[in-house]
Amino acid sequence: MIQGTWIIQRGGVGMVALLTALERTYAAIILVFVICVGVAMAVAGRGDLMAAHGWIVALFGMVVMAVLLRGIDAPEPWEERFREYYDDPTKVGIILALIWGVIGMFVGVWVAALLAWPDLTFDAAWASFGRLRPVHTSGVIFGFGGNALIATSFHVLQRTTRARLPDQLSPWFVLIGYNLFCVLAATGYLMGLTQSKEYAEPEWYADLWLVIVWVVYFLIYIRTLARRREPHIYVANWYYMAFILVVAILHIVNNLAVPVSIGHAKSYSLFSGVQDAMTQWWYGHNAVAFFLTAGFLGMLYYYLPKRAGRPIYSYRMSIISFWGITFMYMWAGSHHLHYTALPHWVQTLGMVFSLVLLVPSWASAGNALLTLNGAWHKVRDDAVLRFMMLAAIFYGIATFEGSFMAIRAVNSLSHYTDWTVGHVHAGALGWVAMITFGSLYALVPWMWKRPALYSARLVELHFWLALAGTVVYVFAMWNSGITQGLMWRTYDQNGTLAYSFIDTLVAMHPYYIARTVGGLLFLAGAVVAFYNIWMTISRPAPVDEGAAADLPVEPPAPRAWAQAGE
Amino acid sequence: MFNFHYRLERNAMGLVLAIVVVASIGGLIEIAPLFTIDETVEDAPDMRVYTPLELAGRNIYIREGCYACHSQMIRTLRDEVERYGPYSLAVESKYDHPMLWGSKRTGPDIARLGGKYSNEWHVAHLYNPRDLVPESKMPAYRWLMRNSLKIGDLGEHLAAMRAVGVPYTDEMIANATADAYGQANPDSTQAAGVTARYGEATNVSLFDGKPETLTEMDAIVAYLQILGRLTDVAHKTEQASVE
Repeated sequence: MIQGTWIIQRGGVGMVALLTALERTYAAIILVFVICVGVAMAVAGRGDLMAAHGWIVALFGMVVMAVLLRGIDAPEPWEERFREYYDDPTKVGIILALIWGVIGMFVGVWVAALLAWPDLTFDAAWASFGRLRPVHTSGVIFGFGGNALIATSFHVLQRTTRARLPDQLSPWFVLIGYNLFCVLAATGYLMGLTQSKEYAEPEWYADLWLVIVWVVYFLIYIRTLARRREPHIYVANWYYMAFILVVAILHIVNNLAVPVSIGHAKSYSLFSGVQDAMTQWWYGHNAVAFFLTAGFLGMLYYYLPKRAGRPIYSYRMSIISFWGITFMYMWAGSHHLHYTALPHWVQTLGMVFSLVLLVPSWASAGNALLTLNGAWHKVRDDAVLRFMMLAAIFYGIATFEGSFMAIRAVNSLSHYTDWTVGHVHAGALGWVAMITFGSLYALVPWMWKRPALYSARLVELHFWLALAGTVVYVFAMWNSGITQGLMWRTYDQNGTLAYSFIDTLVAMHPYYIARTVGGLLFLAGAVVAFYNIWMTISRPAPVDEGAAADLPVEPPAPRAWAQAGE
Repeated sequence: MFNFHYRLERNAMGLVLAIVVVASIGGLIEIAPLFTIDETVEDAPDMRVYTPLELAGRNIYIREGCYACHSQMIRTLRDEVERYGPYSLAVESKYDHPMLWGSKRTGPDIARLGGKYSNEWHVAHLYNPRDLVPESKMPAYRWLMRNSLKIGDLGEHLAAMRAVGVPYTDEMIANATADAYGQANPDSTQAAGVTARYGEATNVSLFDGKPETLTEMDAIVAYLQILGRLTDVAHKTEQASVE
């Protein structure tokens, strides 16, 4: 542990030392600005919860400033260093993703337990289900998933374009700025700050800040692509770009709101009623599509072929599935509103596109699995690759289930029940988390120039904990969801409803306990991953011969487009 | 087609534009017409806006994340109509910025909760749900009874609601704080203004049972009692067949 602290301290100074003197100055200016904004929020928001957020922003800025100041006098980096890939933000992003992952999953187990034992709230407002639930969802989606996406996207972008990131400051701005958004989100929920829009809960000022961060993120992508030494843009980057662009569109439209005043955290959504519902689920479903699918498909398309040592099976299937997903997902959101006050024609469109969506979804999953042909012995022996294979299988299962549940008649049973929750977790645990852990396990030894992970057996242990946890969770939710959906619509011989609502809730109790156990298994796996990766990093670095070849190229070199990059 | 793509993927800005265009089509076709087609939202001439106290209660409902477990959207299904009442119409959430239709029923739908139980029932239930429903999974919201309600800035809240399209009058905005107090204190001088501005049918009551203080419990109960009662159009209109 002492060694670990030493690494963080040395790492912080070492990372600042890789910024040019000019970049350090700009960083200091930005941080002073952030601190001033925080203080201004604290002053303008006196008597409102916004003041608390103002102080959090200021404190956050000061902590980052402290790290910066420790290394501000370091000598300018050698010219040589600019000929290497720039991986420091990726390294920090990996650690942040793991920290958020453990926090988010821990809170997930907690809220699961609250449904089994509701008095665990202990009379504290912040510890009640309604406030903790978004900490769980944002923690895992934005904290864990988002940081993993940013970290891997910087890595994949450089390797597939064979170009270094355009500068050293902007990737830090994106990574650290994004985490400020995550901190504002999580602390806000605990205090009771939420817009109530699912997966878009943070209030207006956090949303505005995310827009700024996101624009810089997009610019990094475009600027690096402009410097690329590969004529073709590799398929993983199409997905990362779709993730960045479409999330920006969704985020801006869905969060349009009028704040009560500049000193109030509270805002009122621009839309109301049926239009608001459609906008919210256009956002909500495509947060699944472009945050939790497109971005992670970017990961899949790079790390799976790299780890398997095989090229992507079909370039054409990649094209069809990419444009199919980009086009059709955006129509599918209205299947969240079957039989509601949303006009029937929109519901029908949503259902039809949800069904057709299975084609590009399965093309992606199939492409991934067929890529493994010729490498199945590796899947057997290498738990890291097995994580990725399992992710592709769960992606196939979850997308099939999603299309099925979008059928109106099926939805009449499944909607409002735990079946939906189970479906989401089949995707989130089985697909998103599995591909993330697989990718991070592959990436960590490359980033820290280690020959291998600390322990392959711990990866094996994590694999089985994760699989067992997912299966227990999903089966519990299938059972509870279908049971409750059927009980709600059961009539007795007299033609009256057979069960009161509370009868159906009582029937859920054993499943809620089972779900908590499943979540606990999955959380245990994440803790094992954190330990394994931490030990990998904190062991002394041996000389790694392979790392010398991991450099951007100066002269353009033509390469086969259907292969994963270096 | 693949040859075209072979060229497209060499052009970063081309790819960016193609993604934006292709991804925008679905949303434009499904969302934009909802603002322009008149039949999307029914007419309800008798519909009133939320009083300041009800709006404050609604904001507490949002703050506590109640929407995560309670829907406010009765679907056009026979068992739902028989269990909860007439199915929800779009107009009923016309003034809901944002809407709170919900996506999960860990607890029952509450679109038509207003008037179903007494104020005393709600206060006791929120204080400890398991006192009334032993099997309930709902958290106990005892702090709502302890926290005094912030009403000084409700005029600003109403003004913001007007900015997004809710027809609050200048008078309503100017008297928002007094109206919030009056609605929870029927014996006060401010009570008369509430019914004058929001209609005779407005529920003016000692919601939390205590006259001396205005608590968050007052606001949330006032809100729960108005659910489904801003308009009675859903009860009056002939409902189309349910499935």
